[in-house]
Amino acid sequence: MKHAAHTTTVLLLFITALALAPLLLPEFYITLLNYIGLYAIVALGLVLLTGVGGLTSFGQAAFVGLGAYTSAYLTTVHGVSPWLTLPAGLLATALIALSIGIVTLRLSGHFLPLGTIAWGISLYYLFGNLEALGGHTGISGIPSLQVLDLEIKSGRAFFYLIWVVLLVFVLATRNLLDSREGRAIRALRGGSLMAEAMGVNTPRAKIVIFTIAALYASVSGWLYAHLQRFVNPTPFSLTQGIEYLFMGVVGGVAHVWGAIIGAGLITILKQWLQDWLPKLFGQSGNFEVIVFGLLMIFVLHRARDGVWPIITRWWPQRPTQARVVVEAAPLARRPMPKPGSLLLEIKDATKRFGGLVANERVSFSVMAGEVMALIGPNGAGKSTMFNGISGVDPLTSGTVIFRGQRVESLPARDIARLGMSRTFQHVRLLAGMSVIENVAIGAHLRGNKSFIAAACRTDRKEEARLLREAAAQIERCGLAEQMYEAAGSLPLGKQRIVEIARALAADPCLLLLDEPAAGLRYMEKQALADLLRRLRDEGIGILLVEHDMDFVMGLADRVLVMEFGRKLAAGLPEEIQRNPAVVEAYLGGVE
Amino acid sequence: MDMQIALLLGQDGLTNGAIYALLALALVLVFAVTRVIFIPQGEFVAFGALTLVSLQAGKLPGTLWLLLALGTLIALIDGALALRNRQFRRGLWIVSVYCVLPLLLAGTLFAIPAATLPLPLQVGLALMLVVPLGPMIYRLAYQPIAEASVLVLLIVSVAVHVTLMGIGLLFFGAEGSRTLPFSDVSFSLGDALLQGQAVLVVVTSVLLIMALYFFFERTIYGKALRATAMNRTGARLMGISGTLAGMLSFTLAATIGAFSGILISPITTIYYDSGFLIGLKGFVGAIIGGLASYPVAAAGAILVGLLESYSSFWASAFKEVIVFTLIIPVLLWRSLKTHHVEEE
Amino acid sequence: MSELAGADERIVVLEVSSLSVSYGKVDALHGIALKVHRGEIVTVIGPNGAGKTTLLCALIGLLPVRGDIVYLGEQQDGGRSVEKLVRQGMTLVPEKRELFSEMSVKDNLLLGAFDRYRAGHRDQLETIDQVFEIFPRLRERRAQMAGTLSGGERQMLAMGRALMAKPRLLLLDEPSLGLAPLVIKEIFRTITQLKKLGVAILLVEQNARAALQVADYGYVLETGRLSLEGPSRDLLTDPRVIESYLGLGGRH
Repeated sequence: MKHAAHTTTVLLLFITALALAPLLLPEFYITLLNYIGLYAIVALGLVLLTGVGGLTSFGQAAFVGLGAYTSAYLTTVHGVSPWLTLPAGLLATALIALSIGIVTLRLSGHFLPLGTIAWGISLYYLFGNLEALGGHTGISGIPSLQVLDLEIKSGRAFFYLIWVVLLVFVLATRNLLDSREGRAIRALRGGSLMAEAMGVNTPRAKIVIFTIAALYASVSGWLYAHLQRFVNPTPFSLTQGIEYLFMGVVGGVAHVWGAIIGAGLITILKQWLQDWLPKLFGQSGNFEVIVFGLLMIFVLHRARDGVWPIITRWWPQRPTQARVVVEAAPLARRPMPKPGSLLLEIKDATKRFGGLVANERVSFSVMAGEVMALIGPNGAGKSTMFNGISGVDPLTSGTVIFRGQRVESLPARDIARLGMSRTFQHVRLLAGMSVIENVAIGAHLRGNKSFIAAACRTDRKEEARLLREAAAQIERCGLAEQMYEAAGSLPLGKQRIVEIARALAADPCLLLLDEPAAGLRYMEKQALADLLRRLRDEGIGILLVEHDMDFVMGLADRVLVMEFGRKLAAGLPEEIQRNPAVVEAYLGGVE
Repeated sequence: MDMQIALLLGQDGLTNGAIYALLALALVLVFAVTRVIFIPQGEFVAFGALTLVSLQAGKLPGTLWLLLALGTLIALIDGALALRNRQFRRGLWIVSVYCVLPLLLAGTLFAIPAATLPLPLQVGLALMLVVPLGPMIYRLAYQPIAEASVLVLLIVSVAVHVTLMGIGLLFFGAEGSRTLPFSDVSFSLGDALLQGQAVLVVVTSVLLIMALYFFFERTIYGKALRATAMNRTGARLMGISGTLAGMLSFTLAATIGAFSGILISPITTIYYDSGFLIGLKGFVGAIIGGLASYPVAAAGAILVGLLESYSSFWASAFKEVIVFTLIIPVLLWRSLKTHHVEEE
Repeated sequence: MSELAGADERIVVLEVSSLSVSYGKVDALHGIALKVHRGEIVTVIGPNGAGKTTLLCALIGLLPVRGDIVYLGEQQDGGRSVEKLVRQGMTLVPEKRELFSEMSVKDNLLLGAFDRYRAGHRDQLETIDQVFEIFPRLRERRAQMAGTLSGGERQMLAMGRALMAKPRLLLLDEPSLGLAPLVIKEIFRTITQLKKLGVAILLVEQNARAALQVADYGYVLETGRLSLEGPSRDLLTDPRVIESYLGLGGRH
């Protein structure tokens, strides 16, 4: 708690210094700070998009231009009030961002940045060539902003407007990240596979953050237009778009404050370099880009997380603010199927990868309240079967009936909604996030508060219930002591248990566990077996892939053995252990 | 538009398209082998052209200083490493390759008046100045983080691009230039007049593409590059190191870039920053090929050239807008073709 | 393969002691000690997930290790790398085969000799003929794309490609994986043939019986540690081997 107090003190000092700045500093510095604020608003969007969501855009400057030009055009040509052009600019930006997002975000990671480069150029030339927008000379005579009778005209007045907007955005972004939807966004970096299996609609999450980042940029553009009262295409070029990304990366693209630090550093450095470099080289030109480029390469080689984490080393923080409110109401639970009733039925499941057959006409079923183990030598097709059942990598043919409903062609997130939850063979946790936040991702489908609710903090009641549920599952799995530690700092065996807790947070009626006991010590395996037995007694069906035969044979009610993608044998554990075909499959033989 | 103009525009589009196709091939190659999206490709185009301009004008090209500086830097880094590991022969080899060779080149340039040399020798000198920058930049900017994600490598690429562009401005100034034409010949084909230089560009591009094909299909080094692109681990286990493949692919890309610049410099005025837009048009072609297919990328690049040429006739102000907006439907088409993308 | 002069059958090719490998904080392998002699097949068997693949990846330099590795009498230090070890004649046939699937069988084989080519040797065509002698099937398929081969042919190609480097120590990772019994038999017959060429082989297998039948000496790897070792003949009949595989330990 001491660290939190430190942080608050620093924050208050920062805000006080900001509030006093216009009273103390000369005009030049106010102008500089105004630009830093405007740039930081754009960079903040990149924090959300790139740092948190793992998507990169070089085209943010074009969105700034959209906001600026919409307002410039509407106020000068049609005499619209600047307060109305703001929503108009936001609307235009949102529409364009949505359509670009839908086109590029489905593709693998690098197509978005390449796309942003292309349309960044395209929009720049459009601004410069449309007669209505004044061509390359631009639009002048943009009216200033007015609040009632007060005109926000001077740099000092504008300073307050810009920095209040920036701080509000910082706050909203932080709130958003510390919420159900925020966790879903943060889960994007761990690959969409896990997020989808937890019920997150990842394409939607990507489009949302892309749009939010574009809207931030658009607001910055609107402010810029009314501060400068003149726009031309130059500040919205690709070069500026690249500079925005540099600001984010140098400052620390994974941290909201990194945006401000980065915008500050680059802006001040640019100012300084523009004074000195032409003198040094004896000719004029934008030579500061040489230094910026080299600086970027250096940062990416040596300090990929940027400057902010280096600063915060002076006052270390806990990885999360999430705290459990014990008195929060428990979440509603889904009605459990009757023990012994048919939960999952697989018929003729076949999966081909090109010419390779990984699963061939495998059929089996899982009842509520039983542990079914899937075993077999390496490469027998067990994990492939798991991916097929959970919808992560759909089957080539065959049917999967879960709770009476055919699910083989549903996306993973819809299957998760029906009450199937899983863990992964290769642990898929977000290493930097605390255990409780990781587990809370599992409860994603049990809340419904939106991004906006999260940004305005009207989601706190639901959030408390979600965290309480996550905490309860962590305690149940015996990890209460590690609840607030970063998940990546746990030993691998414990991380597997966190995955189970995360799956349980979804309130499943069927659990798919892929090698849960790997990397556990003997005592931990016993504890895990006890936990799984308790879950089984509660009526949950468990489908288990595991190599530790002691563990499997002691726990499973029924065992299915696979070899070469086919079903080799099925039955009670004792039968399986004596089955000569199984012994053969495991020990092999040449004769 | 009458037939004659249509043919003229077609010739223009095909000439540019051939260059874009070359660049697109280099981009696909570099991406497949190193996962680097080679944004600075365009700077090699500009450097190639402007270095030749300097040589023909009897000036010392600024790229020489860059070559000497990067060479010295690498010699210092790798030489120190070799000394620490007591590999003295290797250290000697590094210094001679990265320092002595560039110095010899510098000496040659000082000693002989390049402006009076025959054109092929000038071209050779320009290539010798610009091409080594490719592997050197790979060694300094990319190799230390070769295992980083595609996105990090892409940001590095953008950083390298802006750095080189700034350096280009420093070396060559803001004015544009053209080189002397390689040939003044022109042929008439029906109504249309075929320019010798345009024919030369297309023919040379086709020859280069054939040479590349031969390299990849027939030589063990070409096969090694393809192998790295197909299966990095498999290639490493055969002793094909990522560094070797990276240096090799950057050398090829730099050669293609610089040579493209030299090819078009007699017909297009090249500025220090022209390369970027030219390179990006190659990119649009490469993206049409999904950064994976060589023939589709080449075809896409020629399409870009034609589109650019015809749109400059109808809406010349919006030429760039049209070319770069083309990427949106292309990406849409690719996104509909791709069913599921998961980065393991 | 020039120092036949000594003709001592017991030349140690690889000696490993107290070798540990960790992924983050987890020890995947702990205190491994093993020895491979020239012209000998040594096998490491063990159930799924015991760390067999990790062991081979560590030996070839794909993973960092702690402990001592002496290869060809030379203590391996921090400057150890895959490329260097390949140059010194260590070759891994990986579990996933890692073929160049859009290239012909012949090109795959040719690239197996890439490092020898770089080092100045130009005997690739003869070596390919030798490999075709060992795997006649590959000769039939030489123009076919590697990606279109059957599972057994893929394994043959992976092994053939490794042989193109004329290795002194061949590391084989689960050559039987995913193959039908008849094909496994063929592959293992070839492995015994290779022994006659004087190559030292470290064979990692889940298929314990097949591996022990061809090997001279065996180790049993269980959850990152070597639990048993001995001449393969003895291990073949050792009941503890079966226990470690099928979890019968606690029940009888």
